[in-house]
Amino acid sequence: MNEVMLEVIELTTKYITRYNEDVYAVDHVSLKVEAGKSLGIAGESGCGKSTLALSLMGYYFAPLHYTSGEIIIDGKNISGMDPDVVRKTILGTEISYIPQAAMNALNPTRKIINFIEDVYQAHDEYKTKKEIYELAGEVCTILGLPLEVLQKYPVELSGGMKQRTVIAVSVILYPKILIADEPSSALDVTSQKMVIKMLKDLMKDGFIKSMIFITHELPLLYNVTDDIMVMYAGQIVEKASAKDAVFDPLHPYSKGLMGSIIVPESGLRDVKLAAIPGVPPNLKNPPPGCRFAPRCKYNRNECAANVNIRNLEGGRAYRCVLSENELRDYYLKEADQNARK
Amino acid sequence: MLENKEIILSAKGLTKVFGFGRTRTLAVDHVDLDLYKGEVVSIVGESGSGKTTIAKLLLGLINITEGDIYFLGKKRDISSRKKRKEYWKNIQAIFQDPYSSYNIFHKIDAVLLDCIRLRGGGKLPKEKKVELMEEACRFVNLKFAELTNKYPFELSGGQMQRLMIARIFLLKPKILLADEPTSMIDACSRATILDMLMQLRNEIGMTIIFITHDIGLAYYVSDKVFIMEHGKIVESGTADAVILTPREPYTRRLISDVPKIYEEWDLSTV
Repeated sequence: MNEVMLEVIELTTKYITRYNEDVYAVDHVSLKVEAGKSLGIAGESGCGKSTLALSLMGYYFAPLHYTSGEIIIDGKNISGMDPDVVRKTILGTEISYIPQAAMNALNPTRKIINFIEDVYQAHDEYKTKKEIYELAGEVCTILGLPLEVLQKYPVELSGGMKQRTVIAVSVILYPKILIADEPSSALDVTSQKMVIKMLKDLMKDGFIKSMIFITHELPLLYNVTDDIMVMYAGQIVEKASAKDAVFDPLHPYSKGLMGSIIVPESGLRDVKLAAIPGVPPNLKNPPPGCRFAPRCKYNRNECAANVNIRNLEGGRAYRCVLSENELRDYYLKEADQNARK
Repeated sequence: MLENKEIILSAKGLTKVFGFGRTRTLAVDHVDLDLYKGEVVSIVGESGSGKTTIAKLLLGLINITEGDIYFLGKKRDISSRKKRKEYWKNIQAIFQDPYSSYNIFHKIDAVLLDCIRLRGGGKLPKEKKVELMEEACRFVNLKFAELTNKYPFELSGGQMQRLMIARIFLLKPKILLADEPTSMIDACSRATILDMLMQLRNEIGMTIIFITHDIGLAYYVSDKVFIMEHGKIVESGTADAVILTPREPYTRRLISDVPKIYEEWDLSTV
């Protein structure tokens, strides 16, 4: 077994709205990422993917608040630490984050190299401008970015280039874990491929030890990550290897999610595109028990009670009252009916 | 698959130029299109390839620089406001951003009543109008009783996009132009929207033009696919022929850049 880079135990965080209501966007989430592995997080918009990312970094600024649970990064417990201390000592060196809108993450009035100088200075590493330039140049060469980028303003770069620059800046201090939050959702397919290749190379070249990749685009997730975790309404509903999660999902929600995949391949024509009826619950007052129950086809009385995660062999887990065999029986029957139509 | 091979809309040498002098850009470059009745076609291309400009030209929202558009065999005439309204009875659109597609001062009933009026139902008794609106909302799985007296911004993105389809259901146009109808909504609601559009196509024999950058979506829904590059159509044909056996290097590159799940996704060709 590999070294565990990130361990999260029963993490719960909440937003406090201006009417003083508690919204639990991340609810008892546990996960483990080993060195050399990448974890994907999938789910609808509003299911708590991005909040989980912020919570993992210990980035608790109002209205986000830490409630309970533990975050252990490479043996160091950061839960309950002051966000300002976290920013100084953890962010950038231990864990790093690529935001969704990288286009807006750069200061339009300053050159990229000034931005990189800021990053070094914020971490108390006193270096001369020349040293910083050399270090930044080194990183750029490894990552395949042209050196001219450093002397440019953000407006002079294309969207894909900006995103790749942001990735380069975020790994410049060699963090152990990189969290990529929808890094390619604003890009066209060609730039997306470049960004994905860069992230994969980062892992391969040992710049980062592990990666957490967040997206709602499942074909992409399948190609990038080793394991996939499906989130629904702030909870984890399924955890499995990428292959199992896409081709053999167990939880009814994951099943629906995987049924919505569209790819330009001949295999697609035989698959019926499935839709999940209804909308996700409001997290201000989530339904008791299984949160997916109101939208679920296999809804039954037991779903209203507290539903625990079932752990299977080989690291798989899912949250449902039905057993593995019962679920598989249902899916087989359904596939049979579809085929007959 | 189509027994009725009637051309409903066609464009000959369609060209649009923006700006002049140094900033002159050729957005659409001598495009020829033939759309048959009841067909679903997709226009696919990267950002900036001129997809949306074609949509606007076909809708008559911007002036044509050069070339002609023929509707039902006759040259399209939208020179006056009245003629334009007449044309829009036959061609309707769904846009990418549901949040900016509605007049924020109009309630949802007003949006739907407008459609009934455009179909010539302005003089119908009130009960009949409500019945029509209820039917339209039922078609898209919305509850009309919950929508009355609400403004569009009180709905979610998916609901707004479905309301857009309810409008199309009331108007029953001959052609529907869908400009990235699912790119701003969740992958799970995407299937619902697509199913509804396909059902409409089957019920009223509508021609649908999808404008999208999502090749998977184009492959899934359409009979025919047009690939655009820099304002030109570089490849066209049936969905299977274009997507599975692309001939042009541009199409091949575009398809190889999309993440795959059944085949290996080759990352080395960046």
